[in-house]
Amino acid sequence: MGKTTNLFLCGVGGQGILLASEVISSACMKAGFDIKQSEVHGMAQRGGSVVAHLRYGEKVFSPLIEPGDADIVVSFELLEALRYLPYMNRKTRVIVNTQKILPSPVATGVDTYPADVLDQLTQRGITVFPIDAFEIAKSAGETRAVNMVLVGALSALLPLDEKIFLEVISERIPEKIRKKNSEAFLKGKEAIANLKR
Amino acid sequence: MKNKHNIGDKVLFSGNEAIALGAFEAGVKVASAYPGTPSTEILENLCTYEGVYAEWAPNEKVALEVALGASFAGARALATMKHVGLNVAADPLFTAAYTGVKGGLVVVTADDPEMHSSQNEQDNRNYAYAAKVPMLEPSDASEAKEFLKTAYRISEEFDTPVLLRTTTRVAHVKGVVTIGAAESSSAMLGIEKMPEKFVMLPGHARKRRVELEKRLARLREFAETFPENRIEWGDRQKGFITSGVSYLYVKEAVPGASVLKLGMAYPFPDRMIREFASKVQELFIVEELDPFIETHVRALGIMCKGKELVPAMGELNSQIVRNAITAAAATDLFTPVAIPMRPPNLCAGCPHRGIFHAISKLKVFVAGDIGCYTLAALKPLSSMDSCVCMGASIGTAFGMEKALGNDALGKIVAVIGDSTFMHSGITGLIDVVYNRGFSTVIILDNRTTGMTGHQPNPSTGMTLSGETSTAIDIEALCRAIGVKHVVSLDPHQHENAVNVLRQEIERPEPSVIITKAPCALLPEIKKKKDKKLYTVRAKNCTGCRSCLKIGCPAIEWVPLTPEEAKQLGYKETQKGHSYINPVMCIGCGQCAPLCKFKAIAVVGEDNG
Repeated sequence: MGKTTNLFLCGVGGQGILLASEVISSACMKAGFDIKQSEVHGMAQRGGSVVAHLRYGEKVFSPLIEPGDADIVVSFELLEALRYLPYMNRKTRVIVNTQKILPSPVATGVDTYPADVLDQLTQRGITVFPIDAFEIAKSAGETRAVNMVLVGALSALLPLDEKIFLEVISERIPEKIRKKNSEAFLKGKEAIANLKR
Repeated sequence: MKNKHNIGDKVLFSGNEAIALGAFEAGVKVASAYPGTPSTEILENLCTYEGVYAEWAPNEKVALEVALGASFAGARALATMKHVGLNVAADPLFTAAYTGVKGGLVVVTADDPEMHSSQNEQDNRNYAYAAKVPMLEPSDASEAKEFLKTAYRISEEFDTPVLLRTTTRVAHVKGVVTIGAAESSSAMLGIEKMPEKFVMLPGHARKRRVELEKRLARLREFAETFPENRIEWGDRQKGFITSGVSYLYVKEAVPGASVLKLGMAYPFPDRMIREFASKVQELFIVEELDPFIETHVRALGIMCKGKELVPAMGELNSQIVRNAITAAAATDLFTPVAIPMRPPNLCAGCPHRGIFHAISKLKVFVAGDIGCYTLAALKPLSSMDSCVCMGASIGTAFGMEKALGNDALGKIVAVIGDSTFMHSGITGLIDVVYNRGFSTVIILDNRTTGMTGHQPNPSTGMTLSGETSTAIDIEALCRAIGVKHVVSLDPHQHENAVNVLRQEIERPEPSVIITKAPCALLPEIKKKKDKKLYTVRAKNCTGCRSCLKIGCPAIEWVPLTPEEAKQLGYKETQKGHSYINPVMCIGCGQCAPLCKFKAIAVVGEDNG
């Protein structure tokens, strides 16, 4: 049986992680894979740290990624990448949105935001792809499309056709903002392609 | 809306969406529920299907009674709730087991191991045993749909309510689901009087009690050949009995092992269990939470390993199962690094923040309740002192008052949300009035059920399907119960809120304060055009941090080095200044009066 691929998404409640993971899962399903996507609703969403586990392959059993077993991590916020370090291993590739959203202990001056998040990851031998998804979304004309920028970025590391993603986006996103979201997706993909060069 | 799919289409559905689809395919006519994580999305989806009546009931007990009534009328009916909701609905459940059904009746209980969004971690498989009703337990979304349809067939064939138990990792996990054909019930719609079946007088109930035991015996036989109780033979060194999502963890952790998967969690197929146990070298029971299967297997006199290896608390995953069962070498994992926590927080502009900030000035004991506002217990507001279950705020405050007598006057308040008050706060308030109390009850009316994702409730004037309805007038209701002092106020107006609170808590009679301001996430607030956003006049900010005490996510502390402070024209000793993030501020204005130096002002009016 083919290996199951583990995609781990993390960020802050309100960043559109749930929609992003739905787009990715739908694309995997369209490509003919079995898929399990796990997330938590409710209290965690009130500005707290949010994660989604996505696993795809020929046949997927467990809905949860084991610690140390993520193939790709997409962190929607800088600090969150470090929080989920135990899910990574030395071969994990990590896409990090360098945007900072201050957690309440930092915002109230009780704690400080670490200055060396990316270094802490690379020091451990992890491959990091840092992108400023907020700026990219802005350049696509829709600051709320940060999530689609990151879906695009992830798609650059997946063996899935770009068309499938664009098809899913056109199905899932309301017409009014569809074009800008597709553009955000493509710009995100390009950003990773540039980093890989 | 969801009917757009064709039979055979594959869709990506969560367990909850799949249950809604299953209900539609099973021909469910009436569905009732109270929202609760992780069950809420079942009815939110089901109400979009044609031909199904779906409603939010004020609480789970009413929801189950409505479903039972629909069943008495010959319709297939569904009640859904989170695990603790079944505690509320347990009363009708236990006797519905006696009456049995006419149309199929299924109760979905969505358990929350790990307490992602709950106050306890109870294992509701115990209810199946206690109420003597069968329970099915799917492992994923696809099974959830099929099991629900099977549950209706079992319900009608055996004349019993059927429980379907999910957990967070079934309810909120998306997977591939295939659209199936619609079926219908063999029961006839109509009124039929069957007092010996439906009227549970002691004389009738004693007869039904006997029927109940006969039914359970038939269900035990059924379990032996039920295709969803199945043995997957593999390596016979180790054998696993498991159910629900734990089955998936076993398949992942120990590929190729022999597994007895119990699709029916209760009653048990004893012969099948004995056969399986006799053919494997070592028997393991893998289940989340209580040793429910294990206790039964041991009672059969079968040796097994269970909770001495597998944790009885929290969620499992394949790694926990593997490490429990095998002597696998610990993998070389990265250890966590110490970084700032990111706890959930009340949103920017949340009206609850205003009233809890006002309450924090009074130094009272705050008997709290279940909702977003429970987050007020966290720093920096730290203004909730108890939270037990839906509606408990009023009863517990009143009990403290009775224990302490007159010493309690002015020292205790109960705080409860609008939806929670409708759920089970009203009866607590009746107790206060009836038994001559002097409790002060604060009802937080934000015109929605916030925490579960903005469901309407009886006080919002809107039904689940979006129809306008009579909005229960909370103020009039409290007066009708007999509360003489009912005051409504705007929680964003800090000074007034503190004054009203001070006055009402000292009153030696029951009083109710209703805080009226819509949830900041409601479209009417989010899309408001002429919002007056606030900003910090940098030159006035002295870095006193007073504005940070309300914990608004839009207000940030910008630390400064002595050089930076000097450069910006501050005293070198000033450690930093406040900043209002314009993307997050919604202009509620709660922060402005907190600043003695008038450093917080409306954008555009900040030059004075």
